[in-house]
Amino acid sequence: MTVLTIRHAGPVMTVQDAGRPGYMAQGLSVGGAADPLALYEAAALLGKPTLGEAIEMAGLGGCFVVDEPMRFCLTGAPMHATVDGADIAWNATHCLRPGQQLDIGGARKGVYGYLGFAGAMTADKVLGSHSAHLTAGIGRLLETGDSLTLAPDAAPDFPSRLLPVTDRFAGGEIRLMPGPQTALFDAETRMRFEATAFVRSVQGNRQGVRCDHQDTPFSAATAEGLVSDFIACGDVQLTGEGVPYVLLAECQTIGGYPRIGTVLALDLPKLAQTPPGGALRFRMVTLAEAETLRLHPAKRLADLRAATRPMIRDLRDIHDLLGYQLISGMTRGDDLERLEDDTNN
Amino acid sequence: MTTAAVGEKSTEISPLGPDGVLLCFAKASSPEVTDQVLGFAETLRAATLPGVTEIATALTSVLVKFDPDCISRAALTDLLHPLLADQQTETFHAQRRWMIPVAFGGEAGPQLAEAAALAGVTEAQALRDLTQTELRVLAIGFAPGQPYIGRLPEAWEIPRQPQLTPSVPAGALVVALRQLVLFGNVSTTGWRQIGLCAFRPFKIDRAHPFALRQGDAIRLVAAPLDEIRALGRNPDALGGARCEVLT
Repeated sequence: MTVLTIRHAGPVMTVQDAGRPGYMAQGLSVGGAADPLALYEAAALLGKPTLGEAIEMAGLGGCFVVDEPMRFCLTGAPMHATVDGADIAWNATHCLRPGQQLDIGGARKGVYGYLGFAGAMTADKVLGSHSAHLTAGIGRLLETGDSLTLAPDAAPDFPSRLLPVTDRFAGGEIRLMPGPQTALFDAETRMRFEATAFVRSVQGNRQGVRCDHQDTPFSAATAEGLVSDFIACGDVQLTGEGVPYVLLAECQTIGGYPRIGTVLALDLPKLAQTPPGGALRFRMVTLAEAETLRLHPAKRLADLRAATRPMIRDLRDIHDLLGYQLISGMTRGDDLERLEDDTNN
Repeated sequence: MTTAAVGEKSTEISPLGPDGVLLCFAKASSPEVTDQVLGFAETLRAATLPGVTEIATALTSVLVKFDPDCISRAALTDLLHPLLADQQTETFHAQRRWMIPVAFGGEAGPQLAEAAALAGVTEAQALRDLTQTELRVLAIGFAPGQPYIGRLPEAWEIPRQPQLTPSVPAGALVVALRQLVLFGNVSTTGWRQIGLCAFRPFKIDRAHPFALRQGDAIRLVAAPLDEIRALGRNPDALGGARCEVLT
């Protein structure tokens, strides 16, 4: 067993996996990673057959050490990360060895960064999952001094890999599929909703995010007498003040506010990763369109795995070679951005 | 949204997220709708439709979750239509009855007098209504295990408060709209607190973390606050509640 010790924990760090489906009838929402795509990316990078668990870090990471060599990967919102002070690439795997310290700082863009490990966590699952579900009172925030036990990494020296990713950390267009209450909003209100420029509010967490706008509030026809009904993750509910609130992983299971639609699973990572102040627009798609944009979990993982590549760099690109600690996996830290630029140009 | 006609009733069939079909039986909750919801959920469970991963019930609706890799929404909806057409509206009898000790009024229920006044009954009558009405778990939700319990006699069709109570304690029993909610944790609420119990509907490290099921019958049993406090020390967090299996 490998022991991972958290020498310093950021304010909102939790263990997250794909959550706990199957407990809607008992009032427990699925929960799990706020940005599920980051778990797929982690599984692809580490060569795992299914989604594993990771440490989710909201806004700020922490300091980590291990007592045996362990590969880890960094996905989701890119944060400034170093091993013993040397910058390392995001969206990549690296090896952390005993005596070294991994430091993860603030998010450079986006909200939720993820630290995944080659070895699975050995703690007992709670109702089938490692995820903390703070609103339900399951699990807790990780704290400075905590230790997590991991299965040993069978191949700590396996070469580092990286994964080019499309930026999903700056807001943009979010597509909604219709839901049970979409028709409660008249056509004019729906059109105005789509035409409105929203800003991700500072009010937001794993339960949901509020989206502010300058315009008149949005209201539904019969919002007053609505009976409480089931909520889906991604539902956009209009509270009493007519402000949209997008419900995320730790949402309640039933609620009485009218909901104009449901964010497509494909766009939920982008929504969850939009930082406060980020610009958002909503676009309604038809049910048929939503079905064609459906996520295929196995294909998603296979496609991401096929997109990973070994971290091989041309020495001519490294103009400050002498300033490097030439240890496996170390990079200048922005290789990925440069690689993305190469891909985009 | 499509509609399936069932005699004079109709059911709205809507998508709820990429893997959910919501069957909504009525716009308002009533004992008949509760029976219909619970009855249809039983029918669905017995039908074991392919690709169905989860069946859950709320006040007026049944949620059918499915695996889109196994069955399409359209194919699933086609299978649901005949089941909806065949459904029998019959009384759905509770399979279990819970007797839950509750301290009413005073410190344990600071708004009992106010709620009784709104209902137009004396406090003594309020206590009789609360303890002698055979109640049901109408739905479980919002928070894990948290029951919506109803329905109280018609007089109790009282509104929520205009202002939220910032904090009621775990175990608070609150009332509005002929319904009661029993909070498992400290909560903010727009409903009026009339009682306190030591029963916790969800406890993660209990053998059965979720105590209640939708449809369970509930009898509230008046108890002094001292007794509730003593029952709160039971490690099972059931607060002296007893569950009787009905046949």
